[in-house]
Amino acid sequence: MDWDKIRKPEDIIDAGKAKFGDSGRFLPWIMIGLIVLVSLKGLLYSIGPEEVGVIQRFGKYMRLSSPGLHVKIPFGIEKVTPVPVKRVLKEEFGVRTVRPGVRTQYSPREYLEESLMLTGDLNILDVRWIVQFKVNDPVKLLFSVRDPLENIRDVSEAVMRRFVGDYRVDEVLTTKREEVDDLVQQEMQAILDTYQTGVHIVTVKLLDVNPPEKVKPAFNEVNEAKQEREKLINQAWEAYNKVIPKAKGEAEKTISVAEGYSLDKVNRAKGEAERFLAVLAEYKKEPMITEKRLYLETLSQILPKAKAKYVIDPQQSSILPLLKIGQEGGGQ
Amino acid sequence: MNNALKNIFGIFVVLAILAILAFMSGLVFTIDETKQVVITQFGRPVGKPITETGLHFKTPLIQVANYFEKRILQWDGDPNQIPTRDKKYIWVDAYARWKISDALVFLQSVGTEFNAHARLDDIINSATRDVITAHLLVETIRDTNRILEIEETDIDVSLAEEALERIEVGRNTLESLILEKASKLAPQYGIELVDVRIKRINYVRDVRDKVYDRMIAERKRAAERYRSEGQGKSAEISGQLAKELKLITSDAYRKAQVIMGEADAEAVTIYGQAYKQDPDFYSFVKTLETYQGTIDENSTIILTTDADYYKYLKGIK
Repeated sequence: MDWDKIRKPEDIIDAGKAKFGDSGRFLPWIMIGLIVLVSLKGLLYSIGPEEVGVIQRFGKYMRLSSPGLHVKIPFGIEKVTPVPVKRVLKEEFGVRTVRPGVRTQYSPREYLEESLMLTGDLNILDVRWIVQFKVNDPVKLLFSVRDPLENIRDVSEAVMRRFVGDYRVDEVLTTKREEVDDLVQQEMQAILDTYQTGVHIVTVKLLDVNPPEKVKPAFNEVNEAKQEREKLINQAWEAYNKVIPKAKGEAEKTISVAEGYSLDKVNRAKGEAERFLAVLAEYKKEPMITEKRLYLETLSQILPKAKAKYVIDPQQSSILPLLKIGQEGGGQ
Repeated sequence: MNNALKNIFGIFVVLAILAILAFMSGLVFTIDETKQVVITQFGRPVGKPITETGLHFKTPLIQVANYFEKRILQWDGDPNQIPTRDKKYIWVDAYARWKISDALVFLQSVGTEFNAHARLDDIINSATRDVITAHLLVETIRDTNRILEIEETDIDVSLAEEALERIEVGRNTLESLILEKASKLAPQYGIELVDVRIKRINYVRDVRDKVYDRMIAERKRAAERYRSEGQGKSAEISGQLAKELKLITSDAYRKAQVIMGEADAEAVTIYGQAYKQDPDFYSFVKTLETYQGTIDENSTIILTTDADYYKYLKGIK
């Protein structure tokens, strides 16, 4: 073994020194470069178009920053938390959307513990609804409550139950849905404001409101009975409408006929009276002649019409035999 | 130039190392907006809780910063089966919002949020139980008496008897009562109760089945009522039909009779007026007229030779 050729540690260090002696001057530069790179990463940040950035320095809230590229103090001195303030978010109660879209798919699972509630008349309803909200104060949202979403869910359930508990089952099912929507929205907002959640409730909408599964057939029966009632009533009116207008028409007709009769009767009377008076006037001038003439005229009119004419002497005791002969003869 | 740069760099590095050391050793600490801090020295609290956010100093190594939440926190209890004053069993599920109002007391009495929840369970559950058992079922459900006051014509069902109870206090008031009761006990743990609400109330299973049965019965009754209402209304309309029909026809008949009677009377007057001028002539003319009407091809006329018509025939003979 050639011990001479083995290098001592000092030699190695010397050799290293010789090798890196020149580059030793660049070491600070390399380090500065690295530091700059690291700080750049923590220096710049961007805020999305629907967001607002909340900046904290050593944990203390400093300022908000709008969408775009911004600068902050790096090394964890300033911290940024983006909050989506423009986005409307949704929470569902009693249902879950599986896949939103043109034809939104809902989870077939039922969330009865969320949706079953008591109405004011102590019935049970299966109520499903949604709450839409957005952040209107990102500072409050981050710093005054721990879990804003959980707050919205709890408040929404409590308030919805309180109002449904103040309405009758049929009101929640049909007529007062919108009223309940509005009241819940206002009350939720009021409560969330006392918690300082910084959340604005955009809308509350009741979705399906149904009687519980077991009671549904009975509810349907009521609807059927309602329709049956309407049907019966309609049928009765139909019969009524068939008969009454016709009867009214016929009544009009009867009256018109009577009026016709009246006109006829009066006109005839008037006509005959005038005719009589006219004839009378002339008759009075020559009563004898006229009487004769009228008599003869009448006879000349009626005698030809008669089937048989007999002229008998007044002394003849009985005319019956004669008549008999005539009738038998007529029969032959 | 090179030297100056070296100096600046050196200072920078020293400062950075100092800063890191300050943080590491615990000389400097930060408080977030969501936090508050109690400084303890060997487990003994030092000074007041610090709620001011930002950068703070303490003695390194021997002092410890204990962080606590400053925000409003939630508490969600397990549902409890509680009987109401009218002996109805219901599940009551309440939630609460609370915050650490005095971090020092909080640290001394409960220490952690986990322990705090256990205390809150006791406080709020017992307050809820006290309040619910002292009130009627309807008072836990309803807020007002509005369902008793509304008047609508088309009500499907009559209300259940127990629902008709007039209430003095409603759910909202009960929630305030629970909050008030529970709030009295909270400060000893350094806790402030912000709100207590009843999230869910539901019947226990047995009662629920009974309610379903009642609902079904109510609906059946309503359905029956609609049916008989339909039949009744239908009969009513048929009755009206018959009545109106009679009214119309009889009225028309009466009017016709009146009209015709009047006409007859008028005709009588007219004839009378005319014929009284010369009753004899009238009877002559009218008699002749009736001959025209009464004598036809079936008639047999028998005339005596005495008749005027044959007067001349006789005379000539």
